[in-house]
Amino acid sequence: MDSAIQDKAAGGTQPAAAKAVLEVEGLKTYFFVRQGVVKAVDDISFSLAAGEKLAIVGESGCGKSMTALSILRLVPDPPGRIVAGSVRLDGRDLLTLSDADMRRIRGNQISMIFQEPMTSLNPVWSIGNQISEALMLHQNLSRQDAFDKSVEMLKLVKIPEPARRAREYPHQLSGGMRQRAMTAMALACNPHVLLADEPTTALDVTIQAQILDLILELQERLGTAVVLITHDLGVVAETAQRVIVMYGGKKVEEAPVVELFEAPLHPYTQGLLAAVPHLAAMSGLAPAQSRLKEIPGIVPALVNLPKGCTFAPRCPFASDVCRNEFPPYETKQPGHSVACWHADALLGGRHA
Amino acid sequence: MGAYLVRRTVLLFVTVLGVSIIIFSLMRIVPGNVADILFESSGYIDQEQKAKIEAELGLDKPLVQQYTGWIGGLLKGDFGFSYMSERPAISEIVPRMPVTFKLGALTLFFTIVFGIPLGVWSAVRQNGIVDNTLRMITLSALSLPSFWCGLLVLMFAVHVFGVIPIYSNEPRGIWHELALLSIPAFVVGFRSSALIVRLTRSSMLEVLRQDYIRTARAKGASEQTIHYHHALKNAVLPIITLLGIEASHLLGGLVVIETVFNIPGLGRYLVEAIRWRDYPIVQNLVLFSAFAVVITNFIVDMLYAVFDPRIKYSE
Repeated sequence: MDSAIQDKAAGGTQPAAAKAVLEVEGLKTYFFVRQGVVKAVDDISFSLAAGEKLAIVGESGCGKSMTALSILRLVPDPPGRIVAGSVRLDGRDLLTLSDADMRRIRGNQISMIFQEPMTSLNPVWSIGNQISEALMLHQNLSRQDAFDKSVEMLKLVKIPEPARRAREYPHQLSGGMRQRAMTAMALACNPHVLLADEPTTALDVTIQAQILDLILELQERLGTAVVLITHDLGVVAETAQRVIVMYGGKKVEEAPVVELFEAPLHPYTQGLLAAVPHLAAMSGLAPAQSRLKEIPGIVPALVNLPKGCTFAPRCPFASDVCRNEFPPYETKQPGHSVACWHADALLGGRHA
Repeated sequence: MGAYLVRRTVLLFVTVLGVSIIIFSLMRIVPGNVADILFESSGYIDQEQKAKIEAELGLDKPLVQQYTGWIGGLLKGDFGFSYMSERPAISEIVPRMPVTFKLGALTLFFTIVFGIPLGVWSAVRQNGIVDNTLRMITLSALSLPSFWCGLLVLMFAVHVFGVIPIYSNEPRGIWHELALLSIPAFVVGFRSSALIVRLTRSSMLEVLRQDYIRTARAKGASEQTIHYHHALKNAVLPIITLLGIEASHLLGGLVVIETVFNIPGLGRYLVEAIRWRDYPIVQNLVLFSAFAVVITNFIVDMLYAVFDPRIKYSE
């Protein structure tokens, strides 16, 4: 596919992308429901270098979480199915593995932190037991050794009194502590790739920063590559090195984080950035607009999408070509690719 | 926990006392007493003889005195005498207990070993062939009365093997006895396990949708582990509740099946005692089963805490 080739071309200029640990190519996950076909993930390609921090951003329902679940092959089937593409971890295509081989990868070489720490831990087993399970499955540890290692992991994620907490149940822990425990569970087997699906969304703002710092500290210490899925651009700015913007199941823009914030090329990315509240403007120090900008319209339902650019109905620059054909991914700057018919005009307008 | 146990014990005695009053009154409301039944067959009633029998058994005394006499005796460990056999009630009841207990335990065993795994299987294959077949079978099992099933089994046995699997008082060893008892136990357990299958299925379906099941998959756990280790322990509370109710209702189900299969247990004996208006036997047996129900409920409540760490019984 064009996009894949261009991705690789773009990757060549980045030293980090030279030894990719995770390569996703042309991934398509569709849901077959009564109303038609929902293209939750439609032709997504990206690669992740060892130890790299990549963010995937987009509104709710744009396919971010489904991309992560597809990588782990955890898409609820039926009605969902991965219909095309490849997911290569250390060069091995996960989509062709047997179920048993896939189970050996999950929680071992790739693991995932989920959005809701309240509901993502099993309420009837102790924290230590749940962390031990991954260790016993993948590292052949005895029950006692696995438990000792879980206590160590809880200490690593800075839970006070780890030995006591390991014997406690999820309902005895606060939300922040549960997310720490989830992180401990995900990192227990020292995975190459960590998929963090909105790990801080359900937490208090003060706790959010702590959990993010923790994940970043551990990923640096353990050398884990992270895919951070979020809708919070503030989180992206603080954590990621590279960003993928998704809209309607498709990747619309990919760029290094600084470049994305300074020179967004896709009208959707521009809209997202314009919708971030600025402290100066809000406190009246800057003579900015009194109202926060918004992107008009809503995220389209992904059932039987019409052809053309998915963002066209909400886009101020949409023309006939936008409504007829989805634009190809084009690399406009080193490492910066976008799928928009008018990207050149937007880029030119900015430079003019 | 201590205070909780005290409260439960008090509740136990209040319940048993209430049941004792109800069963005592009910037996007195039922027309006729043992003397009437004795004369029934001869077609006339000799009033003089009847009065003599009633005086002998203490049935001529005021009801309150009869009641306090019964309860007072119980507190001293005196269960009274059976009117039918004129032997101590306790020595009539106790020998009949083992066979009924074995039958009950075997029924519960069948209920659990068929009900829970089939329910789990049905849930993980939701809307598949297995699930649909099981749903059809369980629905029909629930619609068939167990006495009718029992009769079918008997007729089938006669037709195919030429013998009826009747319980004998002197079984040849434990396996022979188990084999003899497992047929009626299966007939009763068939129906209860159908209930358990349906409940396990719906409870499991609810749990399998939860986020922590996805977490377990993301950890690399096998489907078997996910179903039995992660899901079933969460789904088990309503199943335990229903098992408790089924265990409590067991005596009722066993009355019918003991009659059909001619097993000399408590259930059949109770029916006989009621027919003879054998007050001491009926009253003590019903009181005993009330006791068993309360204890079962207590066990059920304790099991909740065993399976779910969020449940604690403390003040």
